[in-house]
Amino acid sequence: MSALDAIQIDTPKGTSVHVYQGGSGPDLLFLHGTGGLLGAEDPFLLRLAESFTVHAPELPGYGESVGEELLEDMLDFTLHGWDCADALGLDRPHLVGHSMGGMIAAEMASVDNRRTPSLSLIAPAGVWLDEHPIPDIFATLPFDLPALLFHDPAAGAGALTGGADFSDPEALVEFFIRNARQLGTAGKMLFPIPNRRLSKRIYRLTAPTLLVWGESDKLISPVYAERWLELLPTADLVTVARAGHMAPIEQPDQVAAAIEKHVTGGTERTA
Amino acid sequence: MKFVWFNLMPWPHMPDDFREKHRSVWVDIDQALYDPVEGHRVYHQYMDQLEFADSLGYDGIGVNEHHQNGYGLMPSPNIIAAGLARRTSKAAICVIGNSIALYNPPIRVAEEFAMLDVISGGRLVAGFPVGTSMDTNYCYGQIPALTRDKYAENHDLIMRAWRETEPFAFDGKYNQLRYVNCWPKPIQKPHPPIYIPGGGSIETWDFCVEHEYNYSFLSFGGYLAGKALLDGYWDRVAHHGADDSPYRASFAQTICVADTDAEAEELYAEHVLYFYNRCLHVYPGFADAPGYRTINTLKAGALSQLTSAAQRRFSSLTWKDLVEGGHVIAGSPDTVRDRMEDMITNLRIGTVFGLFHVGNMPDWKTRYSTQLFAEKVMPRLRNMWPDYENDDRWWCKPLDTRLDPLETVGGLARSELAT
Repeated sequence: MSALDAIQIDTPKGTSVHVYQGGSGPDLLFLHGTGGLLGAEDPFLLRLAESFTVHAPELPGYGESVGEELLEDMLDFTLHGWDCADALGLDRPHLVGHSMGGMIAAEMASVDNRRTPSLSLIAPAGVWLDEHPIPDIFATLPFDLPALLFHDPAAGAGALTGGADFSDPEALVEFFIRNARQLGTAGKMLFPIPNRRLSKRIYRLTAPTLLVWGESDKLISPVYAERWLELLPTADLVTVARAGHMAPIEQPDQVAAAIEKHVTGGTERTA
Repeated sequence: MKFVWFNLMPWPHMPDDFREKHRSVWVDIDQALYDPVEGHRVYHQYMDQLEFADSLGYDGIGVNEHHQNGYGLMPSPNIIAAGLARRTSKAAICVIGNSIALYNPPIRVAEEFAMLDVISGGRLVAGFPVGTSMDTNYCYGQIPALTRDKYAENHDLIMRAWRETEPFAFDGKYNQLRYVNCWPKPIQKPHPPIYIPGGGSIETWDFCVEHEYNYSFLSFGGYLAGKALLDGYWDRVAHHGADDSPYRASFAQTICVADTDAEAEELYAEHVLYFYNRCLHVYPGFADAPGYRTINTLKAGALSQLTSAAQRRFSSLTWKDLVEGGHVIAGSPDTVRDRMEDMITNLRIGTVFGLFHVGNMPDWKTRYSTQLFAEKVMPRLRNMWPDYENDDRWWCKPLDTRLDPLETVGGLARSELAT
């Protein structure tokens, strides 16, 4: 497959959501991170689509998804995730979330723990350690982001800007507006500290859970994986070499393979 | 015309290599630069200057709120205003203002402003800024995309708290209060005049016109750059069918007066450059949290005054650039009067917030400039708007019978005690 399909769905709350879909196999709901998706040719989603029927909604505030003003707090975003699943006719999708999307997926699996056959969290946000503060992405200048997000910043920079030409003033304003809309929405969950007390609810999370972490993640350090394992003692952890926070972009095969293995049962825990 | 003497209260001891050695004057400013013992002297000097302006006949004296900021030493302007209320008796006390989205619950603002109005005998002019992104989001942790919504709710609560005459319940999104009962109440009815400091968002212009509030443009870019924004505001005023009283608008302007133009440069250039080089050195990542500005405002092209591009411009400006560009109005009394006339007419403003203390200006120069302006410039600019001479809708209405705190003992005037 070379590109995913896209549909527009409406949720009862009133948002209109752009969803990428494709592949065959068990239903998988993918929740993206703060940077959004890379469109219908997102390499990680295409890789997942080899084994799953992938549904990847864009959060309102991103791309063609609108109604972000209706979503204000963590419960709104959590229920929005389930509203999307309902609108897509997914009763018990496998949940996969990256970064902010991991935070939402973990909340969804905690709030409604009977609808999640499996949960895969890639460098999820949602917990905070005072001794390891997560860098403030809201105060990070665009040209400093690649070093924070990628194992190989030079290769990653292109993915981040979507190939926009910043020497063109109009393209720059476009970028600022898109960024303000996306990060403005993300800030409702992540600003100023990306912690909305998931740890108080996580006891309800009973789904088999996989944690995937890029070993050179400089945004949410791999020490956070240990904290997640304290919160979810039965979870498995896979660390991915030559990958930073954007592991799904940098190592799509390894990340997708770990998820496939987890969903079909039995994960290796790497040392 | 109304003239308000305003002091931002900058810290005057940022080193020469501040730009090179430090990331930001705001939010994560280096703690090592502040010295509380020297701060004791600085506060008193700045408050003395505000009192001096009152004695010279300025219509108002002005303070504002900033946090973790090297050019603004007033996290609580109300504390300074309380001191001024006890040491002055004539000038309006312009608190421009309290960042109302930051107070929990915001009835604290209703109460403290009421106290200031009562203590000062009805001299309060009350400002309600949204607050900069640096203050509101980065220092005080408000969620950027919800800041304006919270501001709007807090505004409604404060205004209701002042207007209602009985306790009421308030079930808001950000405030739930069973018994709102503002006590004490302001002297000015139904409330002190409200000024909204803004940076040029369309929503703010409409908000001001709809509520009959003064729109105060506080810019460091000077009056030539401010023209486009004020024009935008006056378009909205006309659109709403409101009258065009110049007292609907005010503008902050750096002003330096000397005997001659040459003397102005000699006396003030280094302090003005201190301000533009060091005080506006803000890490660009703090300039504008994503979500703080509405998408409509961004589409209209109103970015922060402190984007990296703007800062590069500020830091490279010379005295000549700053004066010619209108960032600073400086020179002899005649020069300053001419340029002020130009500014007042072109922007159509009834109130000027004059920034007379600039950067690390020493006390004597500040007083020299302040006095020259009061004696040789202000009187010649008084009657710029004869058609609106008696328009006091946006000014405070002090009690005729108010006490002069300097002449008061035990709540009684000295003259009464003597008899």
